[in-house]
Amino acid sequence: MSACTRDEWMTVAAARLLQDGCVCFVGIGLPSAACNLARLTHAPRIVLIYESGTIGTRPDVLPLSIGDGELAETAAYVVPLPDIFSYYLQAGRVDIGFLGAAQIDRHGNLNSTVIGPYDAPSTRLPGAGGAPEIAMHAKQVFVMAKASRRSFVEQLDFRTSAGYLDGHGARSRSGVPGGGPRAVITDFGRLSPHPESEELQLVALFDGVSVEEARAAVGWPLSVADRIETIAPPTPHELEILRALDARTREAHARPVHLPL
Amino acid sequence: MQLTLADAIENYVAHGASVALEGFTHLIPFAAAHEIIRQRKRDLHLIRMTPDLVYDQMIGMGCARKLTFSWGGNPGVGSLHRLRDAVEHHWPLPLELDEHSHAGMAAAFCAGAARLPFGTLRGYAGTDLPARNANIRSVTCPFTGETLAAVPAINPDITILHAQRADREGNVAIDGIVGAAREAALAARVLIVTVEDIVDELPPAMNAIVLPHWIVSAIVHCPGGAYPSYAQGHYTRDNAFYRQWDSVARERDSFMAWMHEHVLQQRDHRAFIESLPVARA
Repeated sequence: MSACTRDEWMTVAAARLLQDGCVCFVGIGLPSAACNLARLTHAPRIVLIYESGTIGTRPDVLPLSIGDGELAETAAYVVPLPDIFSYYLQAGRVDIGFLGAAQIDRHGNLNSTVIGPYDAPSTRLPGAGGAPEIAMHAKQVFVMAKASRRSFVEQLDFRTSAGYLDGHGARSRSGVPGGGPRAVITDFGRLSPHPESEELQLVALFDGVSVEEARAAVGWPLSVADRIETIAPPTPHELEILRALDARTREAHARPVHLPL
Repeated sequence: MQLTLADAIENYVAHGASVALEGFTHLIPFAAAHEIIRQRKRDLHLIRMTPDLVYDQMIGMGCARKLTFSWGGNPGVGSLHRLRDAVEHHWPLPLELDEHSHAGMAAAFCAGAARLPFGTLRGYAGTDLPARNANIRSVTCPFTGETLAAVPAINPDITILHAQRADREGNVAIDGIVGAAREAALAARVLIVTVEDIVDELPPAMNAIVLPHWIVSAIVHCPGGAYPSYAQGHYTRDNAFYRQWDSVARERDSFMAWMHEHVLQQRDHRAFIESLPVARA
């Protein structure tokens, strides 16, 4: 089997963090791949919720959008979207929420709204979607984002969703119920908040990646935990399952649509 | 109550109206949007949780003055380039934004459906959105003293949905992913529904989503009316089309040329579909 890509390694690293039976609020892209890889390997009883209203979904191919028909067809049940946000997420019935973002700061606050000033942005990004309330209410948040000095920044252009705010307990003092970003899975390893300062620090590296490489990719002076875990490369089994899932997905998304007119 | 699409849009959608074309990825009423574009409706306040390609097209064609929304991307692909151009460069027109989160907008639709003045939620905590949108405020619970987020009810002048089927009386049945379609329908002053089929009798489904005939203003028979979105049980989402839209919409010229060829120069939705490669699939 050929050497894996960093995307594959990130996906596998995230999947391994998911325990069997946990309830995950899934986002499109790498999080969706990670959650389904977990379901197809070590966590067959994981419950996947997509914000379109599909609960307990078991897609055979990854959805392109958050509301592909595949998600409804393979769901245990489908509910209206307000139910998802009120009765499940806000009510505290989600263990893990996955988020991505264009920018993240050292306390795990996220920007997916604008680059530049809000009223005259240089880049208008898609916006909040489910993120602010996922960030608030999930028992834990896992962030998946590729690192660069443009994305892991000293100062966000806009705060779309709350991480640990300014750290040192600011989040819990403000009354936000969920546990916040417990893990940031990136393309060199993983960051997690320091127990007191709540600043993200380097806690795990992909096998063969150096601390210097991690520091170079982060736009703030990255602190390093006393002990750094090594994340083993994907096993042949993990890669086989993930690549088969990706291949099925590519084939399905290229399939012509038949309109019964 | 059963109308042609052209008549429904002409009769009910006035310049300057607030219009919600709902459907969360599924059942997006593209045919109705294209008819609004053909009839050159202007100055609309567009409302949709996910603007999607459908509002990218309407914004790029100059139909909108304001957008209420909560996530404005091309799902799984990237940017909505026409939305971005309107916000970043005011092309073809400036676009006022009323920006929410999904949870906030869902609460606003629920309040609208219940004819309450505002919706409330535990939301927006620690975000910059309230500082940028006067429609995101807070309210104190009279029982516990807790501070909650508050958003004004959304009551569109017109909501337009696409659904799988209606019966001859005008009752509408929707299945699959429903998003906030039910709430948007019940919140509206006027409800237009385009459908794949009109049947003598709806299949019995005690807990399915049904919109009763007395809240529906007009039914339009419009097979394929959600394409390139989809109708569960009828046709799938054209994910290849969504990917290709990225290059069509990236530049103003290619966007305008595409809209002229496939929407403005086509008399209706069937002709739109026949102008595309999908018709030959």
